[in-house]
Amino acid sequence: MLKFILKRFFLETIPSLLVIATITFFLIRLAPGGPFSGEKSIDPQVLAQLNAHYGLDKPLVVQYVNYLANVSHGDFGPSFKYPNRSVTELIGQSFPVSLELGLFALIFAVVFGVGAGIVASLRPNTFSDYAPMSIAMVGICVPTFVLGPLLILVFGLHLEIFNVSGWAFPRDRVLPALTLGMAYVAYIARLTRGGMLEMLFQDFIRTARAKGLNEFQVLFKHALKGGLLPVVSFLGPAAAGLITGSFVVETIFQIPGLGRFFVMAAFNRDYTMIMGIVLFYAFLIIMLNTLVDIALTMLNPRLKLK
Amino acid sequence: MIRHKIPAHLPVLLTLISLLFVNCLHKTTLVQKGIDEQTLHIGNQVEPQDLDPQIITGVQEFRIISALFEGLTILDPKDLHPLPGAARTWSVSGDGRTFTFFLRKNGKWSNGEPVIASDFVFSFKRMLSPRLGSEYSYMLFCMKNAEAYNKGAIKNFSEVGVKALDDTTLIISLAKPTPYFLSLVSHSSWYPVNPKTILKFGSMDERGTRWTRQGNIVGNGPFMLDKWHLMTVIELKKSPFYWDHANVKLNRLCFYPIDNTQTEERAFRTGQLHITTSLPLNKIEWYKAHNPVVLRLDPYLATYFYLVNINRPPLNDVRVRTALSMAIDRESIVKNILKGGQLPAWCFTPPNTGGYTCPPQLRFDTTEARRLLAEAGFSATKSFPPFSLLYNTSETHHTIAQAIQEMWKKYLNVKVNLKNQEWKVYLAATHSQDYDIARMGWSGDYNDPNSFLDMWITGGGNNRTGWSNPAYDTLISQASECLDQEKRFALFQKAENILLEQLPIIPIYFNTNDFLADPSVKGWYPNILNYHPYSFVYLEKQSYTKLRSR
Repeated sequence: MLKFILKRFFLETIPSLLVIATITFFLIRLAPGGPFSGEKSIDPQVLAQLNAHYGLDKPLVVQYVNYLANVSHGDFGPSFKYPNRSVTELIGQSFPVSLELGLFALIFAVVFGVGAGIVASLRPNTFSDYAPMSIAMVGICVPTFVLGPLLILVFGLHLEIFNVSGWAFPRDRVLPALTLGMAYVAYIARLTRGGMLEMLFQDFIRTARAKGLNEFQVLFKHALKGGLLPVVSFLGPAAAGLITGSFVVETIFQIPGLGRFFVMAAFNRDYTMIMGIVLFYAFLIIMLNTLVDIALTMLNPRLKLK
Repeated sequence: MIRHKIPAHLPVLLTLISLLFVNCLHKTTLVQKGIDEQTLHIGNQVEPQDLDPQIITGVQEFRIISALFEGLTILDPKDLHPLPGAARTWSVSGDGRTFTFFLRKNGKWSNGEPVIASDFVFSFKRMLSPRLGSEYSYMLFCMKNAEAYNKGAIKNFSEVGVKALDDTTLIISLAKPTPYFLSLVSHSSWYPVNPKTILKFGSMDERGTRWTRQGNIVGNGPFMLDKWHLMTVIELKKSPFYWDHANVKLNRLCFYPIDNTQTEERAFRTGQLHITTSLPLNKIEWYKAHNPVVLRLDPYLATYFYLVNINRPPLNDVRVRTALSMAIDRESIVKNILKGGQLPAWCFTPPNTGGYTCPPQLRFDTTEARRLLAEAGFSATKSFPPFSLLYNTSETHHTIAQAIQEMWKKYLNVKVNLKNQEWKVYLAATHSQDYDIARMGWSGDYNDPNSFLDMWITGGGNNRTGWSNPAYDTLISQASECLDQEKRFALFQKAENILLEQLPIIPIYFNTNDFLADPSVKGWYPNILNYHPYSFVYLEKQSYTKLRSR
């Protein structure tokens, strides 16, 4: 296990991050416009001073080398847009919010997705199968920028059960988590259904029933472990997608998460912020996939870590 | 088959009961609670870049720091005339070049220290320091030698026209008479900062230090920073050290960075905000019909116009530019598209800018437009070459551009391609004059026609049309030296006449500031600078029928 983790970190993670950092560093500077351009023209001398302050007056290769050297010490630099805040600080304050939102969405997606998949697998090609699958498909078909305002309209404006925006109170998590997690309910439901159907027709399940085990034990003690394998494989990318792909939901509900910062950084040409968040997201996705690989071997002894 | 021991409907029932329970708890809104506690909840669009008066450039930042700091003067929110601020009174020399400000003896910083004249000297020096790289340093260039110091031509700040005679006397010497100077010093670029606090966290001209953080920042305004939760809320509390704190009725201000206009409107509707920054275009008619008491369509010192790249044929022909201008039905745009009380712009400077109003110079005349175009050589046999109309991504800009595209097609048979670019890409294009016609907007930094008309001088940083007119430059220069208001306005009028005859820009409409305000908010007067000193604002209980948008 340790060998696998070390190998994954040094031989795969570090080179991947280096490639991502290099591509991102040069790509963002190709985009027209700079961090200090605005509707009112900036004095050339002031611009020169700002460029000097942030090291943008140096040759690009020098900037790149300096940046990598700083990152190797954990210094992602100051934000160009928020001059008195470092990138590390901004990520440190906003990521926990995105993480919390993503986790709630994931819990919702897993609970309802797995539940719907199990119900559907018990009586395939009947109403009990079609109904939960169809409801789950709503999540894929209705985009978040439609679902979110709909939920706000019903539960925020008409029923007045939840706030329409903000992140101040525990109940503010409900609508955003529902909005974000809904799309993943369908994927997880279908994967669960497929996995469970495969398991339920296995010989060992027939044996378990023949030996007199009740259906609850057959389902949850024997079939579910194998039936969830496809779901576990999906959870890594799903978790990454939920945590990193929440910009639309964060904007609709005004949640102070990292997704909003990321998109705003792109619009503002906040180079250091873009770089920092891209590297952070890349590292997060690699780590989550590593965890998924480890979890899969725990669930399925036939798999080995390489 | 699974035998269900737990009834299937029970989880559903439990969910409904808990939702109803939550609903029972959630009754008093932030707005209602705020009225009782004199806490004003304001939608403020974006997370502020900083709270440093010498760094910030945006309106949203100004809304916050105008509560934390106070300049030598403030403006009366009803008619924008200068009122005593940190200075209790002042005198002006006969030639209008020397202002002597007498500071309040009871003026204090929020750490209890007195506000003294040398604090202002330090602040102006910091603002003009080349190393700080302040984008608004040019606002102080009316001071003698200020520009030279900022550009590095002089190194000794004592040569700049600001002196502290003693703790309560500040003398400012101007390079030339500036009739609007007393209004100018109410701008955030002239705010004082506390020297000890600045120097505690770095050098005077060091950028991005932590002095504005919660627990560190010191200001001389009616409020102090209490909490700063990034991307969530900035909360200010009343400062007990403010010289006029007994007359400040509000206890707290809460600023929410809600960047989505639809979300902000929903937050207002559900009682989370007293005041919004803006209002979605598609909501104006509904509020007019169903809830006009909360709708505010205030005048605003801003013009919406199109830049014309006069270096690109055939736009280099003034007859073509005039024809394009004459074929725009501005009345229709403000009446049918915008619907927010905007005015068609028949000139460039908004009406009553510092008392100056340009009479209408432009007109909607499609017959004359076609005649001019034909005179310029374009007819049925020689069609006008298609060109592009550039704007940054926005539903409003797109809708207006579509309307004007249709008008030019209908009245002049001119084909226009719409070009939508993301904000920074659009800025790069306009700054480098890589466009044919481009949308632009301009709001005045101060209430004077100079704020609009000095944009178009030769080589002006904001003149992105390539236009140059020596007569225009001379008139603007003369106006800047003139102390007599009537003569000054006459010079501006002549300059604006040239601008509107040559049309390197095509004015479309004068903006309004459209937003929502709870009727409980008092002292939030409509003025063209959207300037609302919080010491005038308070909350009063009102009874009104709560209506929702459909």
